[in-house]
Amino acid sequence: MSEETVTVSDSADTEINAAIQKKIGWGFWLAISWVIFITLLAILAPYLNLKDPRGYFIDIDGNGRPPYSPSFEHWFGTDKDARDIFSRSLHGARISLIVGFSAISFGFIVGGSLGIIAGYFRGWLDKVISFTFIILLSFPSLVLAIMLTALLNRSLFTISMILGILSIAPVGRLARASTLQFSDREFVLAARQIGASDSRIILRELLPNVVIPMSALALLGMAVAIVAEGGLAFLGLSVSQGITWGSLIQIGSDSATTLENAPWIAFFPILLLFLTVLSLNFAGDRLRSHLDVKESSL
Amino acid sequence: MNDSESSSPTPLLEVSDLKTYFRTERGTVKAVDGVSFSLQRGQSLGIVGESGSGKTVLSRSIMGLLGRNNLIREGSIKFNGQELMGLSVKEMRSIWGQEMSMIFQDPMTSLNPVMKIGRQIAEPLMLHLGMNKSEARLTAEKLLTDVRIPEPQRRLNQYPHELSGGMRQRVMIAIALACGPTLLFADEPTTALDVTVQAEILHLINEQRVDRNMSLILVTHNIGVVAGNTDVIAVMYGGKIVEKAPTKTLFSSYKMPYTEALMRSIPKLRQASHTRLATIPGRPPDMVNPPLGCNFAPRCAYARPKCLVEEPELTVTENPEHVYACFYPVGSPEYHERKLELSQRVDSLSTGGQN
Amino acid sequence: MAGTGKAHLRNSPDVLLSVNDLVVEFPVARTGLKVNAVSGISFDVIKGETLGIVGESGCGKSTTGRAIMQLPAPTSGSIDFNGQELTTLSKDDMRDARTKIQMIFQDPISSLNPRRKVRDIVLEPLLVWKRGTQEERDILVNKILEDVGIDPQRAAESYPHQFSGGQCQRISIARSLVLDPQMIICDEPVSALDVSVQAQVINLLEDLKAKYGLTLIFIAHDLAVVKSISDRVLVMYLGKMCELASSDDLYARPRHPYTNILVDSIPEPDPEVIYAPTAVMGEPPSPINPPAGCRFNPRCPNVQDRCRVEEPEMREIAPAHFVACHNPLTY
Repeated sequence: MSEETVTVSDSADTEINAAIQKKIGWGFWLAISWVIFITLLAILAPYLNLKDPRGYFIDIDGNGRPPYSPSFEHWFGTDKDARDIFSRSLHGARISLIVGFSAISFGFIVGGSLGIIAGYFRGWLDKVISFTFIILLSFPSLVLAIMLTALLNRSLFTISMILGILSIAPVGRLARASTLQFSDREFVLAARQIGASDSRIILRELLPNVVIPMSALALLGMAVAIVAEGGLAFLGLSVSQGITWGSLIQIGSDSATTLENAPWIAFFPILLLFLTVLSLNFAGDRLRSHLDVKESSL
Repeated sequence: MNDSESSSPTPLLEVSDLKTYFRTERGTVKAVDGVSFSLQRGQSLGIVGESGSGKTVLSRSIMGLLGRNNLIREGSIKFNGQELMGLSVKEMRSIWGQEMSMIFQDPMTSLNPVMKIGRQIAEPLMLHLGMNKSEARLTAEKLLTDVRIPEPQRRLNQYPHELSGGMRQRVMIAIALACGPTLLFADEPTTALDVTVQAEILHLINEQRVDRNMSLILVTHNIGVVAGNTDVIAVMYGGKIVEKAPTKTLFSSYKMPYTEALMRSIPKLRQASHTRLATIPGRPPDMVNPPLGCNFAPRCAYARPKCLVEEPELTVTENPEHVYACFYPVGSPEYHERKLELSQRVDSLSTGGQN
Repeated sequence: MAGTGKAHLRNSPDVLLSVNDLVVEFPVARTGLKVNAVSGISFDVIKGETLGIVGESGCGKSTTGRAIMQLPAPTSGSIDFNGQELTTLSKDDMRDARTKIQMIFQDPISSLNPRRKVRDIVLEPLLVWKRGTQEERDILVNKILEDVGIDPQRAAESYPHQFSGGQCQRISIARSLVLDPQMIICDEPVSALDVSVQAQVINLLEDLKAKYGLTLIFIAHDLAVVKSISDRVLVMYLGKMCELASSDDLYARPRHPYTNILVDSIPEPDPEVIYAPTAVMGEPPSPINPPAGCRFNPRCPNVQDRCRVEEPEMREIAPAHFVACHNPLTY
């Protein structure tokens, strides 16, 4: 009955398909490796044989007055209070990465859900949610940070929450735009005419598609959150008593003389921050273009 | 241009063994793989093929519009005796618009949405012909009248989205004709339009062609569109021309089995409803690794072992204008033999159940 | 042209779908205007028949197809499917009804979820309705995939973008068959495909119709394609009906001036046929502000004064041949 038997061109197709699997590039893997590496170091920091990050390693007789430049004893040198920068940098990674990760996760879950709901159901629900996004975006982030830290506290949780709230709108708008775009495609209409319920459509048809551009944004967002934390620390608003990259950089740049005479104090935390943010940005960008290409190839 | 001393005038366009390959991650895509033809002034050529046949790449390659990245382009393209292959973009710019121009498929994306119509038509006039603004505007208005747009003065101040699809296509034709080119490419000019508008646009293009003594290369997948609008038709498959003939000859005595298959797979109004359409099994060839031998052989009902290993050359028929590339063309003894076998098989299938 | 009326409706127990006075209007955002996409059409489809609906862009044919599925629900009118009035069903009952009418769309690629494997896409309807055991579902899906010419093994491993346009369309067809519907509405299913692939899909639809006992509504702008696959054809213009007849009759003796122009405009693969425009067609009017009387009157070569004020109704002009026109062509 059907003239076209299925075996025509089949073997050729699988070869073509294999060839089409475009590689994401070694750069992506390099960037991701760094992120994983620094995360591991951060997690394991307390268990590695590091110097006490809050300890004062003054050694007037041997090395004179601190700050001590990088040496075999202190790989990254010490600051003016003779605290080991290497150890503090790795400990600082913990908070910076935690803040970055939890902020973006919060933003994703809350912003993403709101965005998808707005984009799928449209109507008044969309209007309300979009308006909320606009308000969140218009709110000066710095003022919000200052307000909340003054009202509440400067705990890890609060700082992460502040950054999380600030990321709801950008993520939400992307999720909404993406959902709008995919809902117009006929496969969503097809699912509806099969009789699938709304929740089924959202979870099985839309979510796998919307998650793609969102995950690329996730990596970029994490980078932004880490830098934002650094900025807050510089203003003295970050986690109190905590060691973060931002606070380390702030300590190392408290005066021009410090930067001139003991540049390593700020340099190493900056280096780690820079590499991490660069890796996240790069990986996020490569991920986005890789996934875009795969979908549009035909 | 017209050499009265030779027996036939110099062709306006002479393409010899044009190859256009793209370097991709998968390999080199041989989109156009050795195409040759010539076109006289005032003649119209239809290039027919399905997607993947290379027809769109061909027209853009001839015009030189393809980006230079990862492109391999060989062969010779002589326009008015001048060799175009190897010219820089700067040199080609003086040819684009003035000597050759192109109409594209989707008028919405081919017109600048944020520029008024009048300005879009005036630009090439000012650029190529050195007109000043008021001259260009007057000429633009006349062009809009030529392409039958009502109220041309008002239209000059409108934006593309204010016009319907058919009107935008007319504007695009006006822009293409503005500097009086001698060769017009029309790349699927009516595919995105309604059928009644399509007919009018094709009629307009033909009318303008005759009035201006222009040559036309009409690229389309729709054989019906070329049937009434061209002098010569070239059928493309797998990056090559597999048959070329004057239009009437092609329809009355095609030789290539692919042409036959194409003709028979189109539903025609004159047929009774529910007539079974002949189909071409399989898919177009992979142009990174085209098949050995004839590109169409894997899908050809009349293919024989030779077809799978040897590539047929273009053969001439009694009519020197009619060429085709096939070892066992329509009408040959092998063709009839195979046809008989196929019909016997069909018969035995339908009577088999009655045993 | 553009008319209403019900002279062409048949009162037969075999009628599967009966559409009466269908009106679909879309509001234009923030202007208070509305797009009159479909303005009062009626037709019926007998079980086992293929009705073709043809017209140019803006005629409302796709909107009609989707309105039958209540996607979205029409502004007014009645849609009777198998004795059930669809417009008044509850949301749940409508979901039930939808299993009996399925739809396939124009763009084969965007009709399939790019992130899911093809076989899962075809399996999905069975999962939604929890039909059969796992084994029974597998057997059914494999059978249907083979019927449409797709290798089930390959379908289980591959994504839509790994298939060609024609194959994707077959996959869509497979998905629509899985719930064993009575009727399939095909909305421009072959317009985005190459010519030779079109032929394959058309043949496939005809075969499946016979094999599965389907009733089809085939919506397209290509009159030749519609004629080839349909038993009867309805010509629409700007939300109204023009003409309804058997496909052979419609082509052989088009009565409506619009149908006539449509037939004449189709590029025939025959070099002897030259298009000679009989009238200046002008620009298609906007569905927001359609002309009074017969909607085709501004562009009609046969127009009379009556046409500008009075809307024509469908009437039988020849056996089983209906036209809505004050001044139809005669033979």
